[in-house]
Amino acid sequence: MSRARTDPATAEQAAASAALGAPVAPTRVHVAGQWRLMWWKFRKHRLALWSGVLVLLIYVVALFAPFVAPKDPNDYASAYLYAPPMPVEVSLRGPQGEFGLFFKSYELTATTDPLTLEKTYVINRDALVPLGFFAPTEPYSMLGLPMNRVLFGPVNYEQPFYLLGADRLGRDVYSRVIHGTRVSMTVGLVGVLISLVLGIVLGGISGYFGGFVDDAVQRTIEFLKSIPTIPLWMGLAAAIPTVWSPIAVYFMVTVILSLVGWTGLAREVRGRFMALKSEDFVTAARLDGCSEMRIVLRHMVPSFASHIIATLTLAIPTMILAETALSFLGIGLRPPVVSWGVLLQEAQNIRTIATAPWLFAPGVAVVVSVLALNFLGDGLRDAADPYA
Amino acid sequence: MLRYIIRRVLWAIPILIGVSIVSFFIIQLPPGNYLTALMASMRATGESVDMSQLQTLSERYGLDEPMIVQYWKWISGIVLRGDFGQSFLYTRPVSDLLWERLGLTFILAFTSMIFVWLIAFPIGVYSAVRKYSIGDYVMTFVGFIGLATPNFLIALILMYVSFTVFGQSAGGLFSPQYLDAPWSWAKFADMMSKIWIPVVVIGTAGTAALIRIMRANMLDELPKTYVDAARARGLSGAHAVTKYPLRVALNPFVSRIGWELPELISGATITAIVLSLPTTGPLLLEALLAQDMYLAGSFIMMLSVLTVIGTLISDLLLAWLDPRIRQGVVG
Repeated sequence: MSRARTDPATAEQAAASAALGAPVAPTRVHVAGQWRLMWWKFRKHRLALWSGVLVLLIYVVALFAPFVAPKDPNDYASAYLYAPPMPVEVSLRGPQGEFGLFFKSYELTATTDPLTLEKTYVINRDALVPLGFFAPTEPYSMLGLPMNRVLFGPVNYEQPFYLLGADRLGRDVYSRVIHGTRVSMTVGLVGVLISLVLGIVLGGISGYFGGFVDDAVQRTIEFLKSIPTIPLWMGLAAAIPTVWSPIAVYFMVTVILSLVGWTGLAREVRGRFMALKSEDFVTAARLDGCSEMRIVLRHMVPSFASHIIATLTLAIPTMILAETALSFLGIGLRPPVVSWGVLLQEAQNIRTIATAPWLFAPGVAVVVSVLALNFLGDGLRDAADPYA
Repeated sequence: MLRYIIRRVLWAIPILIGVSIVSFFIIQLPPGNYLTALMASMRATGESVDMSQLQTLSERYGLDEPMIVQYWKWISGIVLRGDFGQSFLYTRPVSDLLWERLGLTFILAFTSMIFVWLIAFPIGVYSAVRKYSIGDYVMTFVGFIGLATPNFLIALILMYVSFTVFGQSAGGLFSPQYLDAPWSWAKFADMMSKIWIPVVVIGTAGTAALIRIMRANMLDELPKTYVDAARARGLSGAHAVTKYPLRVALNPFVSRIGWELPELISGATITAIVLSLPTTGPLLLEALLAQDMYLAGSFIMMLSVLTVIGTLISDLLLAWLDPRIRQGVVG
């Protein structure tokens, strides 16, 4: 980290004096590799940098979801239907008066209006719920490892803990959002990977060979772009048989999403191929007798890999939004799969969200992660061309 | 100009054929065919299945014949006779259901587009001229939020706010008394008083995108020397901006309409489902869930066809605006 730190002023001075023809010792800027230069440029975008950290954090949460979530996402409790979020209090004194950092909450008691059957919850100050880090839970397995603790939860596992309230079956919204991270964030990744393969193969062929092949691929892209995507996706997704396993549905949905998603990427790849084809270093490689494969993989791909990464990052949010929309409509992923779109299905009814606005929580998760990915992608795109 | 128009119109034809093939493919996707779906639906409602009627339907759609013949029967019926097939969900011809809803969908998309333009244009210019001002930062931030929030979520939030704060539901496009009334000025005015909620919802993402494009275009133009020259000649600040750089920056802005239209139609579909508007969205979803495929396929096809035509018109407009395009120099 400290080695990479450079003073932009010195760098500019060096560049300026180099331009003047003054003999200067090569500075770090002159000898730094392309990726290092990109990192220096990317680092200047504070927003992109922090968004990158946040995106990383979200994926870590996705990986360790069962550990981060205090409860099983499918645990239901009839006493806590549509329960509001429980307050969390922090105190410096423990139950026996000892010093330290202590978290606690209180159980909720429901009173049902005899006329409207509407439930109102009040905080029961007598029923304390001590909270703590690395709280013990029922044994579960995560990534094949047997576990019996969660990151943060009630010290006594039997006690209720609703950080973001409960849904219509008394399931913990917070735990469900955490678990939803897994599906929602990976749909973007898997979908983008499929698009990447399609985009690189078709865009590469299109840009490298040009002529008739190029025309055919370009017309296909224009055709796909001229169809409104949501109706098309709806038509395709609705045909997924309801008897399929959740995994099969998941892959089918990502394939459907990438069917349209590859077009943008293919255009980017094609543009890069077109631009690089006539570059001197490619001609040099060809004159040296390199095979076509080697020219493409060894000489061309490294010089536009950074652009591809930036475009990929910007493509993930589109996929996430699309999955959320389809699942929300009930034709994408279906319960018992937990994804943000599936969770938002609970918030479809206006009466429901009027009584339980915390059901919007998965929506907040969508907005935050899409924003972070967009900022990160913007920063990467700017940094992708370090010589500009 | 004429050559460009002819080329562009001719190019729309294979796209339209492609659209029809994709729609037909979607109709064929669910297991079974129209008859099995119809029989299942009739059994579910307890109707008796009339074999001779089924035989007639089977012949009408050519269900026993190869795929290519079925496609031909379907598409020639649409093109030659305006016959989109029968919806068993509504037991009415699909064409009856199609036109009124398509009309409203396009009114909605068109109004949204005007909204997007009216909002994005001045804000984009402002953001570029007052780069890095507080206003610019606020607009950029709001724009990013708009881009990142799914349409249906904005719709839900607006519904939530109007329900809890104003105590009224935000859904629908007409007041109850106008629901089945024939078109009149009063009905039109009533629609206009309600249409702004879906328009805001559909337009948000597009507005955010266009603001960023407009801002970037202006930022490319503003530092150029001809702007300095205009200033040096003594043009006022506002004049120096609107007279030259704005015109140049406008071009990519106009060419965006073609890309914007499919997105707006997409947005209109899902927003309409959440807000239960009498447009194609809710009916399309209903048809898909019930596997009423002639209805669903026709909707998908007509939405796409009208989008292709809309894009065509916007391209022709652009060529009329910009001589470079009709000469084939750009794009």
